[in-house]
Amino acid sequence: MPRARVSAWLVAFPPFAWIALFLFTPYCLLFCYSFWSLDASQQLLRHATLANYLHLATTPLYVTVILRSMRIAFSVVVLSLLIGYPLACFLVFQAGKYKRILYQAVIIPLWISYLVRAYAWKVIFGNEGVMNTLLLWAHATRHPLGFLLYSPFAVIVTLTHIYVPFVVLPVVASLEKIPHELLESSSDLGATAWQTFTRVILPLSLPGVLSGATFAFLLSFGDFLAPLLLGGPSSVMIANIVANLFGADYNWPLGAAVAVLILVMVLVILTITQRLERRWRMA
Amino acid sequence: MSSAVFLRLENVGKRFGEHTVLASISLDVEQGEFLTLLGESGSGKTTLLRILAGFEEATAGRILLEDQRLDAMPPHKRPIHTVFQSYALFPHMSVFDNVAYGLRVRGCARAEMTSRVNEALEKVRMERFAKHFPRQISGGQKQRVALARALVNRPRLLLLDEPLSALDANLRLEMQRELKLLQREVGITFIFVTHDQSEALAISDRVVLLRHGKVEQCGTPRAIYSTPRTAYAAGFIGKSNLVAGVVRQGVADCGAFSVPVKLADGPVTFSLRPECIAPAVPGSDQQVQFAAEVVAEQFHGADSILTLRCAGGMELSARVAGPLDNGRGFAFEAQDLIPLEHE
Repeated sequence: MPRARVSAWLVAFPPFAWIALFLFTPYCLLFCYSFWSLDASQQLLRHATLANYLHLATTPLYVTVILRSMRIAFSVVVLSLLIGYPLACFLVFQAGKYKRILYQAVIIPLWISYLVRAYAWKVIFGNEGVMNTLLLWAHATRHPLGFLLYSPFAVIVTLTHIYVPFVVLPVVASLEKIPHELLESSSDLGATAWQTFTRVILPLSLPGVLSGATFAFLLSFGDFLAPLLLGGPSSVMIANIVANLFGADYNWPLGAAVAVLILVMVLVILTITQRLERRWRMA
Repeated sequence: MSSAVFLRLENVGKRFGEHTVLASISLDVEQGEFLTLLGESGSGKTTLLRILAGFEEATAGRILLEDQRLDAMPPHKRPIHTVFQSYALFPHMSVFDNVAYGLRVRGCARAEMTSRVNEALEKVRMERFAKHFPRQISGGQKQRVALARALVNRPRLLLLDEPLSALDANLRLEMQRELKLLQREVGITFIFVTHDQSEALAISDRVVLLRHGKVEQCGTPRAIYSTPRTAYAAGFIGKSNLVAGVVRQGVADCGAFSVPVKLADGPVTFSLRPECIAPAVPGSDQQVQFAAEVVAEQFHGADSILTLRCAGGMELSARVAGPLDNGRGFAFEAQDLIPLEHE
């Protein structure tokens, strides 16, 4: 083998080894576990069976929780886009000399621990939290609002807060890629600012919107911490179920089956969005 | 009040802070004219075009299109369209949709839109490519689509910002010819920006030579070529010999030769085009004759460029056809010696 090839292999080996050892192998194990089962004395039976998957399909709890997780994730995507897209537009087209500093301001929250930020919302939404105190003081309500905390509402707000930067960054990147002449050309041909936005800017930024939305959706869908800290029983998400099955319930085979199901759903979503994105980029 | 002028620029100026990009440009353009703004980069030609399009605001002066103030109108309301250097086709739209864009945003009826778009595509011979996307067609074809996209809206004025500069040399010549024919056919006033003097000469009815944000010279290609006003114009448009001399009592003494002129006494610089110099024909008295030594010859096929060294050390370049006999006498017509203004 030529020396250049050898050194290329040497450089590539550590990341490959890392992925093989810490990602691929656990996934394979997970996949195997999902076809095994436990006997009455909690002993692992290594015989292939579809029992776990049948259990998932026939127990309404799992379907409900998966649908709820998707609903919450979808709400997060919509909210993040509603906040993130105008922000990205402002950064790219309006901010001028403040663009750099504002861009940094979008990124900086990513440096702060997720846990800290989730707890912060607890402080804000609690019965004696900032929000309720303010509302009581303003006589906007007589009793503290209970739905603020331990509800899907709290989970959605927290996740949105955390994933807005994940939407802003790819949208900014795709808006910046639009050549300035296209905007001039549009207005030159008689389009108003709004027409230029809907007919040129928006369609050309769709790849960024899509990758931001995919990020926000997948990360929210698999989130575990926000429902644990801020969600009540009505906002248990699928990752919490997995954690319980592996932890308290000690039913690894069933937990593995749920995990494989999530993995498949994620792969399906990724494939679809990547196809879409490629098509939009080509156009 | 109606004046005959189609487009009038009155003292149009543009400053960026302390920096003057355009200094008081005044210009009248006729309906149906093919006008070229020629200049080096930094001459202000593109800025002037952008002011006309409405992408930039003039800091002084006013612009009238058929007696209507244009300056205060936003770009999307001006009856003016631009063909950009980069074509600026919308990458997410087909050729048809690109051309239809202007009609769509103005809410043109579907049937009319379709027929006008097809007509425009036919005019630039792109009807077969209606369903293609910009990434699927060549540079020359993009150029045609950009033209169709502007012309389909029947603008009063079409601005072209170095539209041919991205094309290779052969295609460029072909597009020059096509552009000129197209302009004659549609009868729309074209204002064309280029830094390429040969393109400007080949394509325009009238050339405006810009330098440092001022009009250096303005005229038909022939006039501007045959009688350059300044040394800059003489050197920028075509090649020229600059001949220095001194006028005394109606005779300009240039060292190697003396020529009778109608100029005041004092130093003077003339422009003498290389093709105006030819081997001397003995016995002709209309010509200014001089002796020179050929120090270099470059053969170009149809003609040769000679470097002549005259008495007194002055070097002239001459463009002559055919083989040279070994004569050392050269001559030119007195009227070809163009006195230039001092700068």
